[in-house]
Amino acid sequence: MKAFTPFNGIVCPIDRANIDTDAIIPKQFLKSILRSGFGPYLFDEWRYADHGEVGMDCSKRPLKADFALNQPRYQGAEILLARDNFGCGSSREHAVWALENYGFRAIIAPSFADIFFSNAFKNGLLPIVAPAEVVERLFGECAANEGYRLAVDLAEQKVTTPSGFSFGFDITPQRKESLLKGLDEIGFTLKHADEIRAFEAARKAEQPWLWRAAASGSAG
Amino acid sequence: MAGKTLYDKLWDSHVVRQEADGTCLLYIDRHLIHEVTSPQAFDGLRLAGRKLWRDQSVVAVPDHNTPTRNWDREIEDPVARLQVNTLDNNIREFGALSYFPFRHAKQGIIHVIAPENGLILPGMTVVCGDSHTATHGAFGALAHGIGTSEVEHVLATQTLIQKKSRAMQVRVDGQLGAGVTAKDVALAIIGRIGTAGGTGYCIEFAGSAIAGLTMEGRMTVCNLAIEAGARAGLVAVDEATVAYLKGRPHAPTGEDWDKAVAYWKTLHSDADAHFDAVVEIKAEDIQPQVTWGTSPEQVLAIGERVPDPAQEADAAKRAGIERALAYMGLQGGTPISEIAIDKVFIGSCTNSRIEDLRAAAAVVKGKTVAGTVKLALVVPGSGIVKRQAEAEGLDRIFTAAGFEWREPGCSMCLAMNDDRLSPGERCASTSNRNFEGRQGPGGRTHLVSPAMAAAAAIAGHFVDVRHI
Ligand code: SF4
Repeated sequence: MKAFTPFNGIVCPIDRANIDTDAIIPKQFLKSILRSGFGPYLFDEWRYADHGEVGMDCSKRPLKADFALNQPRYQGAEILLARDNFGCGSSREHAVWALENYGFRAIIAPSFADIFFSNAFKNGLLPIVAPAEVVERLFGECAANEGYRLAVDLAEQKVTTPSGFSFGFDITPQRKESLLKGLDEIGFTLKHADEIRAFEAARKAEQPWLWRAAASGSAG
Repeated sequence: MAGKTLYDKLWDSHVVRQEADGTCLLYIDRHLIHEVTSPQAFDGLRLAGRKLWRDQSVVAVPDHNTPTRNWDREIEDPVARLQVNTLDNNIREFGALSYFPFRHAKQGIIHVIAPENGLILPGMTVVCGDSHTATHGAFGALAHGIGTSEVEHVLATQTLIQKKSRAMQVRVDGQLGAGVTAKDVALAIIGRIGTAGGTGYCIEFAGSAIAGLTMEGRMTVCNLAIEAGARAGLVAVDEATVAYLKGRPHAPTGEDWDKAVAYWKTLHSDADAHFDAVVEIKAEDIQPQVTWGTSPEQVLAIGERVPDPAQEADAAKRAGIERALAYMGLQGGTPISEIAIDKVFIGSCTNSRIEDLRAAAAVVKGKTVAGTVKLALVVPGSGIVKRQAEAEGLDRIFTAAGFEWREPGCSMCLAMNDDRLSPGERCASTSNRNFEGRQGPGGRTHLVSPAMAAAAAIAGHFVDVRHI
């Protein structure tokens, strides 16, 4: 995971509540064996006029012109703005993989679904819970100003608009540290690598048979 | 101070570190891998530039997607083929202790091949991206299923972040009747405590009836712990455990063996150990079981009738019964023995070991599958089971009766390959889940033991195996 640095990103608004994980990444894409490559299929049904399947070349597919992700002014967006209960539905981690792979680094909404919220941190995506009236204001400013950007500073736990208005957000210390240092859960655990190694050495001394390869070799 | 439960002993011997809130980093000895839940984990490692912490802990096999016939050809379904090839490539790139590729002589269901090759030893922690990992608790090993992010975590760190569960003991004492098997014991337990009865617990199965089971039988019982809501099931180590392991390819030998056995014999709950919950069942009360609904807890003895929703006072329960009956196409009050079936599936990690096939063959011998049964399948759990059965002539008993004898794999347990039920078809199945659509969209599953499935195949409907 990359370290989460302060950035000033284009905002893409999707003015809906209850955006579910099936909308974020439809079920046919779960057949994929990859963790990467979901970006082109993000919001597939809302984004394309045809039916998508794994492996399609999305650059040739017909687009739904009025969907935000397809509008020229939102190209290169790194911040997604949405309404209540973002990420509800199934627990699929693919939803986060798709958003992250598309290029989003933060999502601002008044509330998020639980599992999506914790999956996001595992993959370096920052979900920001903002008060409903702030979200309302951001939707308004975003619509009125082409190229609208927000500055996100995780260390300061602060988001700032072009006019200088800013608001804070909450995050647990461990999640903040993980994101800032680019440590995923694995990175966090590996901070204790020496302890794991010491444990392993002691175990090997006690139960050496757990470390011996079979006499018959390893071919099965 | 109270003694320790087997669960305490296994847990305590694997804690690498503990946080203030009780969260532990647990060391993992054995990591089982299959093709469906591992690709994103390997991809995650690749993206982060990580390696396996200990490739010699990994045992891998493709089983969920693999076809059970036409093994002279490549896999036809392109999605399945890609998943299987991806596992091949990942193991080649990252390494493993044992890999059993598609069509290898020992390939089969991960939970069947790992024990039969001595790859599961008492005292180990075992994980797999598969909920039926609970199976391996039969060896006095702490075994549970994990998600794809956790698979990646274990691959990279050899540890799992876990909080300890509570301990439950399920005691089955007495003598099981003739025709009553480990599957019936497990289903009867689930019927008693419900599919959420074990939630938050690790269940240790104990009592004279459990001690009297073979290792195959204990695996069947532990396999179904997850259907009772428990992430792990356990059985204490005894002479049967040690005898089963002796001489297996990956079992310790020589001086190692003696030391290992001495340690393994400590792997039981102390007499004064405290359990947070205890459930007691008399072996004599257990009859052959048949599920009637869409959850494993919706189970009855063969002599009973499907519940009548009109008799249920609680509105929520009544609605639940009605929903299950509607999906299953059954009328309340119907005797179980009058339910006719379309297909029979003998297989899965619950019941595809040699003992299961012997029990089914003993019922089938010299008889013929009923004309109304469209398909009766036997899918051995592994190549080793298959060849053993063939050496004993079981395959010929099955095929002479009209069964199809297939290549090993998960097959119609979850219908990811082309073995499946058509909408509305009813199946007597030795697998572990009767959820809606599990064996194919609209398919109706009744869980039974191998002997009961065989008897249903012959009769064309459910029948008490003790009366034929
Ligand atoms: S046989 Fe069924 S339950 Fe067992 S591992 Fe395969 S799919 Fe899962």
